[in-house]
Amino acid sequence: MEGYSNKLMEYFLHPRNVGEIENPSGKGRVGNVVCGDIMELYIKVENNIITDAKFKTLGCGAAIATSSIVTEMVKGKTRDEALKVSNKAVVEALGGLPQHKLHCSVLAEQALKAAIEDYKTKQAGG
Amino acid sequence: MEGPKVYLDYAATTPTDPAVIAAMQPYFFDVFGNPSSIHSFGQAAKKGIEDARQALASFLGAKPSEIIFTSGGSESNNMSLFGVVSANEKKGNHIIITAIEHHAVLEPAKFLQKQGVEVTCVKVSKEGLVDPSDIKKAITSKTILISVMHANNEIGTIQPIAEIGRIARKKGIYFHSDAVQTVGHIPVKVDELNVDLLSLSAHKFYGPKGVGALYVRKGTRIGTYLYGGDQEDGRRASTHNTSGIVGLGKAIELCQQQMDAEAKLQIQLRDALIKEIPEKVPEVVLNGHPTQRLPNNVNFSIRYIEGESLLLNLDMLGIAASTGSACTSTSLEPSHVLLAIGLPHELAHGSLRLTLGRWSKKSDIEQLLRYLPEIVGKLRAMSPLYHKK
Repeated sequence: MEGYSNKLMEYFLHPRNVGEIENPSGKGRVGNVVCGDIMELYIKVENNIITDAKFKTLGCGAAIATSSIVTEMVKGKTRDEALKVSNKAVVEALGGLPQHKLHCSVLAEQALKAAIEDYKTKQAGG
Repeated sequence: MEGPKVYLDYAATTPTDPAVIAAMQPYFFDVFGNPSSIHSFGQAAKKGIEDARQALASFLGAKPSEIIFTSGGSESNNMSLFGVVSANEKKGNHIIITAIEHHAVLEPAKFLQKQGVEVTCVKVSKEGLVDPSDIKKAITSKTILISVMHANNEIGTIQPIAEIGRIARKKGIYFHSDAVQTVGHIPVKVDELNVDLLSLSAHKFYGPKGVGALYVRKGTRIGTYLYGGDQEDGRRASTHNTSGIVGLGKAIELCQQQMDAEAKLQIQLRDALIKEIPEKVPEVVLNGHPTQRLPNNVNFSIRYIEGESLLLNLDMLGIAASTGSACTSTSLEPSHVLLAIGLPHELAHGSLRLTLGRWSKKSDIEQLLRYLPEIVGKLRAMSPLYHKK
């Protein structure tokens, strides 16, 4: 595919951390069927550290690769450190994205933020 | 990569037949003259062009003088819309198209609309069929052109062109058909189809890229498209693409001889795919008409997955196909054709088009059927919409 880096293809063809986490500390779901991309991101937080992250994605190669790499990037980070993972960092980690696929990286960042927000809400509630 | 490469995207483009390449070869160095020159160099080139014109006219059941060579299907479609509108302003300013036309018709229509031309876009059924009575209802006293494609490039549905043509003829309205997907694949006779204008492109029937033609029925008022020299009766200037036109001529000759036998074989492969894909992959939907479709077209929507990721996985295994998903284009909208037949967005994004051609073999579709279930399974396992029962 034109414009996809080798690293992106690697994450697309052999995605890391596919799946769901049972009883996650936080879950985020972003995107919609109209645009064709839906991402679900699950995190498990222990002692304020993200110990596990998994994803499920409906979407193109870039959508799958960005959601996969973001799960790797947040593991071992605190909640606040993870909030700083930007779409730009995701793009850099994948060795770049074609211009018209940048929205996929934004979606990955939003999925992560939504999962952390969900976690925060649960914390406040519990 | 596993096994030999498999090409299932003949509707995008076809390889140039080696016999076509051989026919073109002399026209680069030996017969290089400008066909407009009166000397022997020019006249030899001109003969190549006129022989090609004769071959194409014979395929279409037209007169050679009714053929204008162009740079391809897009130009022929542009020429039809702009040419008819500019030459018939006094008669009216309304044109009728359909929701599933190629962009090379839709975009000129959109531009004309901005210029004040009234455009009616007729809807299609869920099989992608235009109802001739809808065309009839859309006609006004100002209608100067009706444009309906012969067969759709995405879903393969073949339109009732002859019937629409009869309606147009009776009302004295010019009728154009974009036949880019049918010429060379099924019979296309301009008198049987009742068309006044018809677009075609060589690279869709084993000819070279960058050359096509527009059939214009004698007496049709159409404006000049490219101003300059007096090539093509002054209707389309520019030095002829001699080798390309010769290639188009040879390609259409081959199709005339082989088309019926090829269509028979392709229908077998097509119907095998239509039968076996749903058996091997649950929750798929066939797009297009079950029988009134191109011999070489298969189009399925596969639930819970997205087309680009499916294509990339197939490509890694050496299998080339196509999709109507937005993710393969720079827009965020899926195929207008799939939306026009009423598919919800998620099914349009999950479409897979497989198109067959001259060199398609049983082993090609076997290879696809071997890997497709596995790839779909892998993508569905990743999909948040898919929940295993």
